[in-house]
This record gives sequence, structure tokens and C-alpha cells, in this order.
Amino acid sequence: MGLYDKFSRLAAERSSLQSLDPSPFGTRIDVVYSSTRGRIGGTDVILAGTNNYLGLTFDEDAIEAARHALTVEGTGTTGSRMANGSYGSHSALESELATFLNRPSVMVFSTGYVANLGIIGTLAGPREVVLLDADCHASIYDACTLGGAEIIRFHHNDAKDLERRMLRLGDRAKDALIIVEGIYSMLGDVAPLKEIVDVKRRLGGFLLVDEAHSFGVMGANGRGLAEEQDVEDDVDIILGTFSKSLAAIGGFAAGRSSEMEVLRYASRPYIFTASPSPSVVASVRSALKTIAARPQLREKLWSNAQRLYDGLAALGYSMGPRVSPVVPVMVGSKEQGVKFWRALIDQGVYVNLVLPPATPSGVTLVRCSVSAAHTSVQIDQIIEAFAALRPSLKLTA
Amino acid sequence: MFTQDVILENVLVCLRDMIPGAETVGPDSDMVDDLGLESVKMMDLLMKLEDDYDLSIPINILMDVRTPRQLAASLIGYLEKRNGPV
Repeated sequence: MGLYDKFSRLAAERSSLQSLDPSPFGTRIDVVYSSTRGRIGGTDVILAGTNNYLGLTFDEDAIEAARHALTVEGTGTTGSRMANGSYGSHSALESELATFLNRPSVMVFSTGYVANLGIIGTLAGPREVVLLDADCHASIYDACTLGGAEIIRFHHNDAKDLERRMLRLGDRAKDALIIVEGIYSMLGDVAPLKEIVDVKRRLGGFLLVDEAHSFGVMGANGRGLAEEQDVEDDVDIILGTFSKSLAAIGGFAAGRSSEMEVLRYASRPYIFTASPSPSVVASVRSALKTIAARPQLREKLWSNAQRLYDGLAALGYSMGPRVSPVVPVMVGSKEQGVKFWRALIDQGVYVNLVLPPATPSGVTLVRCSVSAAHTSVQIDQIIEAFAALRPSLKLTA
Repeated sequence: MFTQDVILENVLVCLRDMIPGAETVGPDSDMVDDLGLESVKMMDLLMKLEDDYDLSIPINILMDVRTPRQLAASLIGYLEKRNGPV
């Protein structure tokens, strides 16, 4: 048996969908003009598949901060914080995030994926039980597997189902980890955190919320869904990423208690990963200040999200369940989805094609992500592109 | 009550409900290669079994499971490990 034989089914399926150029599984954005405009091949496109929710990738302050850090601290740290030491900027970022989130402890990781591995994978050992929303991100599943915990799924956004499954666990529920997300990345819906917290208050357990798509996006101060639903005190650990609203790369965990600090000495993904580069840390620190100082970015983001959602819904497309910066549009079969996605590029709009099994309920969807940096004219151009393609899809609203 | 044969029969019934045209599914059908069941669907099947039996069954038992017979055996093995003979 060959080294790659076990992937033959996957390879056959992908190659059948990959004859298009550009391919949805290897899109190359050849030129990035701004946070909302780029070029794919010979076609100029509006970038609406980026997770660049606040549009800060070209923020002048962030760029200047990164440039300064490059000059004074160099291109990389070349090692892990445990072995090689932390830079002052790592600690400063953790302190600033802790202040922003009003939490005593923050740990920074090199990516959001590693943050989940490093926190969940360390806490959820072989003797623990994790109850996770069935639609949680792959990084959360991977983290649970890494730790070796027993993994029990509950139906997506169904607090009653969570309660039913906790009751089945008996006493073990008191120490279980409950893991949900803020905004879910595929359908743009949000966790019913108040109801989940109510279950936790009655049955016990520890609550971890991954705010990857909701940090900077929800809440009066941008702290995420837990802030918006006024349950921050009930969330034991908030997980987040720097690669969306903060417009760089990295991840973090924010503990409700300083006890979380012990994980610096127990979390292998933290201990054995090179630390974030100085320029990345500098741009994140700058973006965090911007999020705190400019709530109007969130207002513009939600205004754009409402405009896009309403425009596409009016065209009769099958949409996600609520207005959100993640705007999914169901597009039928995989083959239809690939053609639709390609046609959108020809119309000057770049979005993400997402195929099952990465999508809930086996649907194929194109996912638009809205940015505060999109102009109203750009949002309308996206709607016009979808309008032009509407006759090609035999779908009902 | 939870014999391997009983569980296996229920798994087969569930699979026939989940997969159109899967009437010919058998105890040794490969759920991935023969039936095209993706990992998410396997986990959904397990959730249904949890509800049918009102038990907690972690998805960890799906590791290395390829056929309905292996699933039934893995499930029984887990229950015996946790609760003793079933």
C-alpha cells in the first residue's frame, strides 16, 4: 500500500471539482489592493470572503506599529517563550487584552487554532468529559482529541439538549467542560448563551466560549457575545483569534481566574510553539486600541451586514437564520456551488465556497463575510452580482 | 437488553433512514467507502443511538470504526468498560 493510497477517494472527489481555474480549493489572490479589493488572475474583485470584519488590515496605525516593531525588534522571535523567553511586547499585549476583557489572566498563542489546542487540549484530559455544540469548529474537535477527553456532542444551539445530555452524565456533569462558539462561522448564527449559562448554573460544569468570529464584532465594547448577552461572569474561559477583527494572526485565552496561568507550564502547544513575531504583536496591540476607541467600526459593520442580508434575501436566496457579518447563501449541489462561486468571480465578487462535510446539514453554501471597510456601493455591487446569477439557481427562498 | 445483535440491528435501521438507496447496507458494509458516510454523519448517527438508549456515548468510540458491526462492538465495549457486563 502506498503512502497516500488512503486519500484516493478524497483525491478523486477533489479533482472532479478542480478543473476550473481558479479553483475554489486553491484560490490565489494575486494582488491585494486594500482590505476590500483585490485581483484574482485578470479579474478585479471585491473581497467579501476574508473575515476582515473591521477592515483593519490596512489600518495606518497598525501598519506603522508593525513597521516600528520590525525595525527595533526584528522579524521573528525564533523560539518559544518557555525556552527562549518572552518579549516585553508579548506581556504587554496580554496585559492590554486582560484590561480590555476585564479578566485577570490572558495567554497569547501564535494562532487561534493553537490557542484552542493549547487550552482545551490541556484542560480536557482523559478523565474529563467535554460537551460541545455539534457545529463547533474543527480546531475544538481536534483539541478535545488531543487531550483525550470523552467527547459528547449536543444538538447545535439547543440548550435543552445540552441539559438532557448533562443529566445523563450524573455527577460527572459537575466537572464537565461545555464548549460553544460566539458567532458560528458557517451560518452566522450565535449561541444561546443565556440559556446555556442557566443550564450550567443548575447542573455545574465549566463554560468555554470561542469568540473567534464575535470578538470585536459583538457587545457594547466589542468583547463578544458573552458581553452582549451579559453573561461574562459565567464564562470560565474566552478563546479568541487575532486573525479576524484584529487583522493579523494569533490567538488568545482569557481566564475568569488567574488560576489559568498554570497552563503556561502544562500546555504543550504553548510551550513548544515559537512565539508570535514582534510585528504581529505590535499590529494587534494597535488594532485592539482601535477597537476600543472606534465603536463606529462595529456600527458600520452591522449596517453593512444588514444591507447585504436584506438585499440577498429580497432576491429570494436561501440564507442563514439571522443578520450577521457572516452571510451564507445556500446554492444547491456541490457542482452548482462550484459553478456559482466561479461565476461570482467573473462578476467581480470573491466569496468563500464551503462544501459538506464542512457545512452543517450537508448543504453547499457560498459564505460572504462583511467588513466595516466595505462601502455601501460595494455592498450594492455584491448584491447586483448575486442578482445577475439568481436565474441560474433553481432555488426557493 | 443491550446485546451487540440488538444494537447492530438498530444501527442498520438508522443507516437505511439516513442514506437514500442504502437498503442493501449490511453488517460489514464499509460506512465510509461503500456508503459514503462522512465523519459528521457518523457522529450524528451516534447521537441518535445515545437518544435511542438514553445513554452517554462519546464520539471517541468511533475511532477505527468502519462497519456497522464494528460500531456495535465498539459501543458494547465502551458500556462494559464503564458499567461492567451489559
